[in-house]
Amino acid sequence: MADQAQDWVEETVSVAGTELVFIRGGTGRPLLVLHEELGHPGWLKWHAALARDHTLLIPHQPGFGKSPKLDWTRSIRDVAAFYSRVLRERDLVPIDVIGFSLGGWIAAEMAANHAGQFRHMVLVGPAGIQPPRGEIKDLFIRTSRKFLDESVLNPSRTPEFASLYGGEETSEQFEAWEDARSETARLAWSPYLFNHSLPHLLEGVSGLPTLLIWGAQDEIVPLSASEVYKQSIPGAELSVFEQCGHHPEIEKSNEFIKTVQQFLG
Amino acid sequence: MHVMYFSERPYHPVPEEVLLRNGYWGVPNTYYDPAIASRLYNEYLDEDVFAEQMGFDGIMLNEHHGLILCMGSVVDVEASILARITEKVRIILLGNPLPVVGNPLRLAEELAEIDLISKGRLVAGWVRGGGTEQFANNTNPAYNREYFNEAHDLIVKAWTTPGPFRWEGKHFNYRFVNPWALPLQKPHPPMWIPGLVSPETVQWCARHRYPYVALATYLEPTVELWNIYAETAAQEGYQAGPENFGYLQKVYVAETEEKAQELGKQDLYGGGMYTAIRPEWLFPSGYNSKAATQRLARQFTDPKGRSKLFTGYEGQSLEEAKKAVYDLYPQAQESYQLIRGTPKTVIPKIRKVMEVLRPGIFGFWQNDGPIGHSERVNNIRLLGEEVIPAVREIAKELGLESPLEREPGSRPLPATGRWDPVAQSEALAAL
Repeated sequence: MADQAQDWVEETVSVAGTELVFIRGGTGRPLLVLHEELGHPGWLKWHAALARDHTLLIPHQPGFGKSPKLDWTRSIRDVAAFYSRVLRERDLVPIDVIGFSLGGWIAAEMAANHAGQFRHMVLVGPAGIQPPRGEIKDLFIRTSRKFLDESVLNPSRTPEFASLYGGEETSEQFEAWEDARSETARLAWSPYLFNHSLPHLLEGVSGLPTLLIWGAQDEIVPLSASEVYKQSIPGAELSVFEQCGHHPEIEKSNEFIKTVQQFLG
Repeated sequence: MHVMYFSERPYHPVPEEVLLRNGYWGVPNTYYDPAIASRLYNEYLDEDVFAEQMGFDGIMLNEHHGLILCMGSVVDVEASILARITEKVRIILLGNPLPVVGNPLRLAEELAEIDLISKGRLVAGWVRGGGTEQFANNTNPAYNREYFNEAHDLIVKAWTTPGPFRWEGKHFNYRFVNPWALPLQKPHPPMWIPGLVSPETVQWCARHRYPYVALATYLEPTVELWNIYAETAAQEGYQAGPENFGYLQKVYVAETEEKAQELGKQDLYGGGMYTAIRPEWLFPSGYNSKAATQRLARQFTDPKGRSKLFTGYEGQSLEEAKKAVYDLYPQAQESYQLIRGTPKTVIPKIRKVMEVLRPGIFGFWQNDGPIGHSERVNNIRLLGEEVIPAVREIAKELGLESPLEREPGSRPLPATGRWDPVAQSEALAAL
């Protein structure tokens, strides 16, 4: 992944009882970015665009990438509680948050527990809720490569997808994905990538501007889950991207950047 | 020497092409005919009884879920029946997949009942379950080893510690452990552990003084594993011996060489041991140690390594796929993976394996392909009449005592404090 003139740094922070590795880039109001189930993919066009007005803070979730695993976490709700502690200890409350897929689920759990820790919440194809129609695609029964190929509507017409995943899979990539999948399995194996109680807990969220972004052809988390999210979180807006899969941030990056910038203000 | 009989009890009437393209796991069960399965279960049980009559010391059973190769989806059911319909053979479960059972206390009760009904003939054994077992039972692979260790500790405690007691573990919680079915054998039934080539499992066995039974593994890595076991045993303060080891060997015999070769070839039906299972199902994320994941990463991303992974013979016609499989038949015999022949020709080969590995338990792995009932019975009969007596003689000559004859872990270390290898690498080199 080319980072152009690198406008981000990697930092290790002693926080919440661990050594958490962050990617930090940009200037302005902090924006917490919670990555997906295969980890932080790298600094992309949308990161660079939002970094013009925001300080992006992208933690490697414990057990993913360079952050050490936290054995005591046993569920995504535990991870959410961990991140809440990170925000408190780093004096980052309230903060804007954007979460992708698994990261979206974590953000939603955090909001359900304490909505006041966020200013705005953006959830992109979030897991966490059982779709009323269709199922969340099983990551574990297929290779990472196949899962990724199925995660965008048209891999060959998605330039950033090709630059991230186009070449031969390397041994480092395989190992990083395996680490990420192992940790996702540990935390979210069953029920697979959702929590039965989340819709009920989200009903208690108030006063948190929330934007749901979904690809109309999302093969990973079916669009039908957006209905439950929208119904559960009072006042949530839903933006559906046509001709788009699970990764609007790279499949429709211009539209994505514009939508998020407008929402965050 | 303990001589075991083992068959995976395959469900073989699935078209060969389906197996070659899908592997042995993940084939839709629309291919499953309960009428055929009903007949096969009964035939296999009859064959177990016949194996007892023909002089085998033990019947080994195993468990897999959704695997066409093995109809033992709930191994304790077959074991329970054998407990009642056999009289003297050991009933050897290699093994119960501890992590996927879900309720280890119930397993402790089931096995205790089998031991009671069989009047103390159970040999328990534990496995982690293959990758596919995790999917088939929706068991979290990332906790596989933790589940295994905790379930094992709980079962042994339930068998040996007076109840009631509490068990508040990381994964299993019971507030009233007081099973009303306790094993007849004291302090508990013997426990043997089967495995493929995981050094972690071998070391775990050596620390617990459990015999390790290698499942038809290649001889060279098996010798290395034996050494790892013996080295760990020495750290525990004892010398490993034949009583610490078992080996499962695929053998097929018939009256003539031609017939043995022809029927023995059926082991490769649908790919046999060369087809197996898609790698993403075999190695679910979280199931492997970090070191094993790094090995997999190299294998999956290296074209040569990747070519050894099963992908349904992609890009090959059915005929090409079959040729690729059956062309390996001579090689499988040269490497001792398969031994086929008349009783007279297989005995010297078995002797060589015994000389290299010096196991106290020798298992005959039988009848895995689409071989009919009468031919399977014929194979068992010839083994019993001609091969088993020879194996016993060889074992006596080589001093191979089983774990039922000599307590594993009871052999003192040599005065030098340095452990002696059990496997004979010189004999391996001479093969």
